[in-house]
Amino acid sequence: MGSTTASYQQDVLVTGGKNYADVNNDVAKPLESFPTTKWWVCFGTALAAFGMGATLAALMFMRGLGVLGINQPNGWGSFIVTFVFWVGIGHAGTLISAILFLFRQKWRTAINRSAEAMTIFAVMTALLFPLIHTGRPWYAAFWLIPYPNQRQLWVNFRSPLLWDVFAVGTYFTISLLFWYIGLIPDIASIRDRAKNRIRKVIYTILSMGWRGSNRHWSHYEVAYLLLAGLSTPLVLSVHSVVSFDFAVSNLPGWHTTIFPPYFVAGAIFSGFAMVVTLLVIMREVFNMKNYVTIAHLERMNKIIMATGMMVGYAYACEFFIAWYSGSAFERFVFIQRAFGPYWWAYWTMAICNAFIPQIFWWKKMRTNIAVMFVVSLFVNIGMWFERFVITITSLNQDFLPSSWALYVPSWFDWGIVTGSFGFFFIWFLLFVRVLPAIAMSEVKGVMETSHGH
Amino acid sequence: MATEARNLSGVVGFFSGPGAILKAMEKVKATGFEKFDAFTPFPVHGMDDAMGIKRSVLPYITLVGAITGLTIGFSLEYWTSAVDWPLNVGGKPFNSWPAFVPVMFELTILLAGLSTVFGMFALNRLPNLKDAAFDPGITRDRFAIWIGVPCDLQQAESLLNSLGATDVRKVYQEGWF
Repeated sequence: MGSTTASYQQDVLVTGGKNYADVNNDVAKPLESFPTTKWWVCFGTALAAFGMGATLAALMFMRGLGVLGINQPNGWGSFIVTFVFWVGIGHAGTLISAILFLFRQKWRTAINRSAEAMTIFAVMTALLFPLIHTGRPWYAAFWLIPYPNQRQLWVNFRSPLLWDVFAVGTYFTISLLFWYIGLIPDIASIRDRAKNRIRKVIYTILSMGWRGSNRHWSHYEVAYLLLAGLSTPLVLSVHSVVSFDFAVSNLPGWHTTIFPPYFVAGAIFSGFAMVVTLLVIMREVFNMKNYVTIAHLERMNKIIMATGMMVGYAYACEFFIAWYSGSAFERFVFIQRAFGPYWWAYWTMAICNAFIPQIFWWKKMRTNIAVMFVVSLFVNIGMWFERFVITITSLNQDFLPSSWALYVPSWFDWGIVTGSFGFFFIWFLLFVRVLPAIAMSEVKGVMETSHGH
Repeated sequence: MATEARNLSGVVGFFSGPGAILKAMEKVKATGFEKFDAFTPFPVHGMDDAMGIKRSVLPYITLVGAITGLTIGFSLEYWTSAVDWPLNVGGKPFNSWPAFVPVMFELTILLAGLSTVFGMFALNRLPNLKDAAFDPGITRDRFAIWIGVPCDLQQAESLLNSLGATDVRKVYQEGWF
C-alpha cells in the first residue's frame, strides 16, 4: 500500500513496519542522548538572538518608546504586527489538536504534539509584545487585569484591547492544559524507560503517577474530547477578538466586518506554514520520517493551499467592498495599499500568500520536501507583511492629510522582533530535548495492530 | 510467606495485544471479581464496555464550570462597570452587555476547561502517589489485566492462565519513591 495513493480506509499512518516498542525507542531517542552539534548551533543562535532582543528592550525601557519607529499617526508599529503574527502562528496547533480530533482525522496524531508545543511557545512569544509595547511593563497588571487596586479604578470592559487580555490569556491556559493532558501518558513512558535516578524522579512527578489503568483512560478520554470541544470555539474566538482590536475602531481599512473570519483563516494559514517549517526540520534531524511521512506533510500542504485561497479571497473582497461601499476614504486607503508608499509590502503579502501556495495544485510539488519548505518560509514572510500592511497602511494616511507620516521601523524594532524569534526557538529546541515530540500513546492507537477486532 | 510485610495488591497477567485483552476482559468480568482493571499503553476501544464502566460524569463537572465562568464574567463586568464605579464611555449605557460578551465567553471556556482538567484529576485520584507502576512495559507495549484483593488468588491466577495470559504473577502495592 503506497501511503500517498492509498484510499482512506487503507491509510498507513506509520511506515517502516514499526511495532509499539519501536515507537517508544524512536521517539525517546533524542531525549536520551547528548544533544548534537546541530542542536547546539541552533540553540546558541536562538540564545544570541534573544539576548540581543532583550538587551534592546532593556535599553528601550530606559530611554522610552521614542527609540522605536512609531510616531504620529503611526501609534502602532512592529510590536502589534509581531503580536498578531505570533498569536496567529499558534492557531494551527489548536486546529490540529482540537478541530482535526473532532473530525476524526487520525493522521493528526503524528504532528499534534509538536504543533501544540508550537502553539504554546508562539502565544508566550506573542504575550511579550503587549507587555513591552506599554513601555512600562511593570504597570501592565494595573492596566490589563481587573483587580482591586489603590487607584480604585477598574479596567474598561468595553475595550477590545481588554477582550484580548481575556482571549489570549484563556487561550494560553487552555492550550497548556490540553497539551499537558496529552503529555501525561507519554511522560509516563519516558519515566518507565529512565535509568538515571534524578531523571526518573522528575518524570514520575510530571507523569502524576500515571499507570495506564483503563479506569483512568475512561475519564481521560472524555476529558480530552471535552477539551477539544472547548478549544474549537476558543481558537476561533481568539483571532476574532484580535481582529476586533482593528475592526472596532473607525479607521478606514480596519472598520470592516470581514476581519474576524479573514483573521482566523490567515492565522491557520500562517500556523500551518510554521508547522511545516518546523516538522520538515524535526523529522530530518531526529529521524522521524516513518512517523511524519510525506502523506502527513501533503495533507498540511493542502490545508495551506485552501486557507491561502481564503486569504486571497479576503484580499479581493476588501477591494470590492471598498469600491462598492462608495466611501471615498475607504477607496483611498485601498488604492494607497496597493499603489501607495507601501506598495512593496502589499505585493510581498499578496504574492507570498495568494499566489505562491498555488504551486501545491501539483502533487509533485506538494510532496517535495524542498518545495514545501521554501513555500512555508514565503508564507511566514507573507503573513508577517499582511499584518504590517493592515496595521500601517491604515494608520499612516488617515482622514487628515496634514497628519500623514510614514512609518519606518528603527533598528530597535527589527532587533526586538528578531529577538522574539530567538525566544520562540529557545523554547522549541528545549521542548524537543526534554519531552516526547510525537504523541506516542496516540500514534499507537492508530497503528494497524491496534484495531481490536 | 517472605512477602508478608509487603502489601499484596492482586494478580496480573499479560496479553499479546488489544484484541486478546478485550476478549479476556469479558471473561474476567463475567466471573464476577470485585476489583479488576486493564493496564494498556493506549486506550483500547471497547474496553469500557468489556469492563462495564459507565460513561464518565466529567461532562457535568465541565457544565458546572462553564455556568460558573459565565456568571462570574457577567457579574464582574456588570458590578465594575455599572455599580462600583459607573464610568461614561462614549455615551454607552453603564450596563452595555453586548460589549461584555467576549469576556463572558472567554471566562466560560476558561472555567469549563479548568474544571474539566481538575475534575479528571479528581476522578482519577491524580496525582497518584502511592501506587507505583508494577511493570515498566505497560507504557510501552504490554497489555495487562489486574485482579485485585480481596479475591481468591488461586482462582484469579488459574483464570488468567486459562485465558492465555503470560507472566501471571502477584503484584504488591508500592510507593513511587
